[in-house]
Amino acid sequence: MQMPSQSSEQHSSLWLDAWIKLRKNRMALFGFTVLLVLCVVSLLTPWIAPYSYETQDLMLGATPPSAAHWLGTDIFGRDMLTRIMYGGRVSLMVGFIATAVALVIGILWGSIAGFVGGRVDAVMMRIVDIMYALPFMIFIVLLMVVFGRNILLLFVAIGAVEWLTMARIVRSQVMALRKQEFVEAAYSMGLSRWAIIRRHIIPNTLGPVIVYTTLTIPSVMLLEAFLSFLGLGIQPPQSSWGLLINYGVETMEEYPWLLIFPGITLSLTLFALNFLGDGLRDALDPRASKD
Amino acid sequence: MALLEVNNLKVSFHTRNGVVKAVDDISFSVNRGETLAIVGESGSGKSVTCYSLLDLLPKPPAVIEGGIAKFDNEDLLTCNAERMRQLRGNHIAMIFQDPMTSLNPFLTIGEQLIEPLIYHPDKTQRLSRKTAQVEAIDLLNEVGIINPTSRFNSYPHEFSGGMRQRVMIAMALINKPRLLICDEPTTALDVTIQAQILKLIKQLQKTRDVAVIFISHDLGVVAGIADKVLVMREGKTQDQNTTQEVFYNSTSDYTKKLLSAIPSGAKIKPSGAQQGSPLIAVNQLKTYFKDFSDSKNKLVKAVDDVSFGIQKGEIFGLVGESGSGKSTLGRSILQLAPITAGSVIYSGTDLGALKASQILPWRPKMQMIFQDPYASLNPRMTVYETLAEPLLYHAIANKQTVTKQVQQLMDDVGLARSSALKYPHEFSGGQRQRIAIGRAIASQPEFIVADEPVSALDVTIQAQILELILSLVDKRNLTMLFISHDLSVVRSICDRVAVMQQGKLVELADTEELWARPQMPYTQELLNAIPTADPKN
Repeated sequence: MQMPSQSSEQHSSLWLDAWIKLRKNRMALFGFTVLLVLCVVSLLTPWIAPYSYETQDLMLGATPPSAAHWLGTDIFGRDMLTRIMYGGRVSLMVGFIATAVALVIGILWGSIAGFVGGRVDAVMMRIVDIMYALPFMIFIVLLMVVFGRNILLLFVAIGAVEWLTMARIVRSQVMALRKQEFVEAAYSMGLSRWAIIRRHIIPNTLGPVIVYTTLTIPSVMLLEAFLSFLGLGIQPPQSSWGLLINYGVETMEEYPWLLIFPGITLSLTLFALNFLGDGLRDALDPRASKD
Repeated sequence: MALLEVNNLKVSFHTRNGVVKAVDDISFSVNRGETLAIVGESGSGKSVTCYSLLDLLPKPPAVIEGGIAKFDNEDLLTCNAERMRQLRGNHIAMIFQDPMTSLNPFLTIGEQLIEPLIYHPDKTQRLSRKTAQVEAIDLLNEVGIINPTSRFNSYPHEFSGGMRQRVMIAMALINKPRLLICDEPTTALDVTIQAQILKLIKQLQKTRDVAVIFISHDLGVVAGIADKVLVMREGKTQDQNTTQEVFYNSTSDYTKKLLSAIPSGAKIKPSGAQQGSPLIAVNQLKTYFKDFSDSKNKLVKAVDDVSFGIQKGEIFGLVGESGSGKSTLGRSILQLAPITAGSVIYSGTDLGALKASQILPWRPKMQMIFQDPYASLNPRMTVYETLAEPLLYHAIANKQTVTKQVQQLMDDVGLARSSALKYPHEFSGGQRQRIAIGRAIASQPEFIVADEPVSALDVTIQAQILELILSLVDKRNLTMLFISHDLSVVRSICDRVAVMQQGKLVELADTEELWARPQMPYTQELLNAIPTADPKN
């Protein structure tokens, strides 16, 4: 017979089992691999990119894919492959970091409000309502005016908006869970509130949270494109997938490859995220079948 | 010629993990005016048998592999969907277990009752709204709804559980079916209400001359109502005969096992209750809630001025119908529900006077076993984690010894050590309750509140869990408050019993004294309502 190692208290076997289950899920594994490759390529881009992302070659102009430029060049003669690789650095970083910020704040805020309830809940959720009501653009512009233009600020701004929905989702989950008998059992066991939230409440909210997270990452990437397009995000000649797609749309009829390749990259990322998210959700639910 | 004749029915479920034979070669027949009881534990295929007759099974995964079900010379298993729709409701009606979820909360019960009459599939038989209403009110009267004319316009939530089940019966009878299938119609109801509903079904069957198939897990309930009994286990017939024969002359070992599992008689050996001052003294305890459904925010007096003491080492029974406040009383004693007034003294300490943080060190000494083993275990924690949590949290075990102690606990509650890494959903109801009991005794408590710990379990499993509880109380020198609506269970396990009604304690006596000489009319009513597993009674 096999018993868990002594460290089972730290390494919850929920996560261990989830990892084992995830590895058996081909689609999820595919998603995981694609994301991993994209991340590694992004990290190594400064060393492996075939061209410089900012050097223009106006003589060359927009050329379709060729042996020298696999994905063609844009209207300034810059190599698209290079620009997509550099764009991935920004997009993936914004996507993951801003979502992580939203995730942490949202889960903590939502679970505390939902679990404590009463007046604390009322105050916390009114704060969320007020944040919802703030016009997003004014909020961003205010941040820019006060702190200056900064890529970190972009994360903060997007994270500050995205956590609101997360908090609401988590709160409603927690309110339903709070009444469950196993939570009452944890109470009667003498566990502190924080231990109950951490060990019994949060793991049981993971299903919807993961699904929402996989939806948030792409929406954050597009939000970054929108902000950058308005000149509030990253600045040219820097690039991101969202920006490349925006510019690609403008010249879609003459130079379709400027839209197609960044579009494919973003879609591939979204597919990978969704497969991984679905796989994670099933893996983290012991009730989902094991095969 | 029988009204319904089923021969060699075979139903299986094709799942990812292989084919499960849910119903394996079952044959039976029912005549008009006759009641057939199909009895078995959960998973025995008794419900699947009846659902397959009405084409109510999800297909796939269910596949009807063979057999004939002749209803009035028409094979139910091969008739087309349109014909089945006509048969359902018009000729064969069904009553479900849970009257809370089988009525539409947005329609008045009157509207739901007349629906099949005014939208009858056969246009020539459609009634006008007025005549339908008259007919419906007559029927409500017949099933024992008081003031049927005014109740006609009430919504389901305005009825109690028993009244709702009466409405469900009226709905089933509205098109004058010839066969009525009742799927555990009284399992969700209190014992006194159960007695009333059973009487009603029996009486309606006589006046309306319908055939009844009565599905139940409880042989005791069936004794008074059935003409014939079919005992099923794992899809197969174990026993099939007249009720008299099944109860008195059965040759089937399984039937004998089911009969012997029905709790009956007195407690065999009293627990070692110690004299002297009680371990727990409840003094004029009051727990009130605001009733949010009432516009004036009226107070619900869930526990109203209750006083009693529990001696160390005894099992103290608390009985009452649902809504009597017995669960709230248990939770109030453990400080899981806020006390409005009064005190709970636990070996000299007033628990109610302690602050939330001061109560934490007391918690491990007082534990709780919950009714529903499906809801009381964290679905994302393995058995090992569930049992290790209280051990590590209260530093009863350290990281070196915890595995050994968890194994010890699993031995104590009768779980295989090899199942330590399984999750709760992989266990049956009885095994889950063992896990919950293991968790409750892990922190080495002195006092346990058991809130209906066997009510959700089959009768054979119930007997095993009761045995486990008795042996643990004995071995670990526990004191227990045992809450139940089932008086037979309470009699077989408790030393003293308190009866609760509408938040008040109406009677408190030694168990056998209470059974022999109940003082209050309410107690007498409760005792009379217990179904006896004896067809002659």
